[in-house]
Amino acid sequence: MTALRPDLATILRRIEPGARVLDIGCGDGALMAALTAKDVDARGIEIDGGCVASCVAQGLSVVQGDADRDLAFYPDGAFDYAVLSQTLQTAARPDRMMQELLRVGRRAFVSFPNFAYWRMRWALLSRGRMPVTRHLPVSWYETDNIHHVTVRDFELLAEALGIAIERRWFFTRDREMPAGGANWRAEYALFEVSGGLPNP
Amino acid sequence: MTAPRSLILPRPLPLDSGQSLGHVEIAFETYGDLNAARDNAILVCHALTGDQHIASPHPVTGKPGWWERLVGEGKPIDTARHHVICANVIGSCMGSTGPATVADDGAPYAMRFPVVTIRDMVRALVALLDELGIARLHAVVGGSMGGMQALSLAANFPDRAARVLAIATTSRHSAQNIAFHELGRQAIMADPGWNGGDYYGAAEGPEKGLAVARMAAHITYLSEAGLTDKFGRRLQDREAKGFNFDAEFQVESYLRYQGLAFTDRFDANAYLYITRAMDYFDLAEEAGGSLAEAFRRSDARFCLVSFDTDWLYPTSESRHIVHALNAVAKPVSFVELSAPFGHDSFLLDVPELDRVVEGFLG
Repeated sequence: MTALRPDLATILRRIEPGARVLDIGCGDGALMAALTAKDVDARGIEIDGGCVASCVAQGLSVVQGDADRDLAFYPDGAFDYAVLSQTLQTAARPDRMMQELLRVGRRAFVSFPNFAYWRMRWALLSRGRMPVTRHLPVSWYETDNIHHVTVRDFELLAEALGIAIERRWFFTRDREMPAGGANWRAEYALFEVSGGLPNP
Repeated sequence: MTAPRSLILPRPLPLDSGQSLGHVEIAFETYGDLNAARDNAILVCHALTGDQHIASPHPVTGKPGWWERLVGEGKPIDTARHHVICANVIGSCMGSTGPATVADDGAPYAMRFPVVTIRDMVRALVALLDELGIARLHAVVGGSMGGMQALSLAANFPDRAARVLAIATTSRHSAQNIAFHELGRQAIMADPGWNGGDYYGAAEGPEKGLAVARMAAHITYLSEAGLTDKFGRRLQDREAKGFNFDAEFQVESYLRYQGLAFTDRFDANAYLYITRAMDYFDLAEEAGGSLAEAFRRSDARFCLVSFDTDWLYPTSESRHIVHALNAVAKPVSFVELSAPFGHDSFLLDVPELDRVVEGFLG
């Protein structure tokens, strides 16, 4: 088995056996498979039918669906953790998605590419074009990412929504890095959050 | 590999109508061995015009079993590891008690046969499992009407199956579904040969009506793209239009053949009873109006599969079931597979389906 991406490996370490987890946008099921091996009750939502079929073929419980629409069908507090890895920037309304995460889950893990990463800033500043990088690998017109976000933006959104940030991790070149200067130094970030205001 | 078997249920079968059916015979086939723990059985439920010959030749047509693609040694439903059971539903005509069965007075039941429901069919299947000494299935599997039975078993006998795999199916028959069935039933009953259902032993029965019913139903099993691919507007055995009502188009000729071939192997009254059972099917109604409630007591893992070209039981029907299962926090998988064959996709070569079935059954 190939090594998990560092944000997923961190999530895996943080979730205790026996927990109930919903992995939103679970892709090929790598995190779910690792969680299941750790006796975690993991369920997934994935929009790509091919990915879902291969997850089911591994014995994982994955529902094909669109998180923007289908998360609403899950009951309140059904999970100990909701996981949204590298998907927040594709949500129609990231603020509502955050509220949904903390409605269906007691806590949530959210990771996303940091648009304020210095290489991004440099690309935009020097070339005047939307950056294409390892973590945002396609051109602006064909990307699924419709709401680019920075570390600072996310922290402010959490504050606005009354969401408590429990822990945060920052990564660059697929290695964890210290938090200092994360908003310009981190390629991507992972937050563990809880709480939140009741939905309006 | 298998021997046709049947048994008589030891007790009368209570029915949803309030009646009960005595002396119920169930015809079934099994493949692969039941293990010592008796926990490796997979019950496969057949569709409307299907039968117990899932992986063995049909006794009338000689054609291969209807799911031979999926069932066998080393196949997704692996008979080397699992004991596969497939039984003919009550109300049908392949050996289980139905309208063609001779009643206690020596004459066929015909229309005296009580109206049965999907839940009644499942009660009979569970009674069969009791007789076979199988307390808990490794899985119950079915497509179309077979999927309805699988879901009904999960809802009504929540501890009898560890896995529930329902393919190209629904939790309730829609008005459109009922309308198509009514069209078929009216075609049968309008045939003078039907004779109020009393045609057994007569020189001619309602074959024409049954053929029309099958033709209409067959259209609902295919997709427009599939029909266009296969036939387009091509003419059958001729260069130009004949300006008459012969089977001029290939698609007409194909449908006439499908209709006629069906009358050789199926009983018209059984078609009436089984379509009626499907039309009555509504799992939510059985549970007091909430589909989620229907599944609350189940401890099974579920897997739903739909096909993108199926307009008879479209993906939205499967999603509806998935949302209900989520609402009561049941472990459920769901995938919409892409296949060109419409509703019939569950019977045809869709390799992705094989992978899902194999993976889910474990």
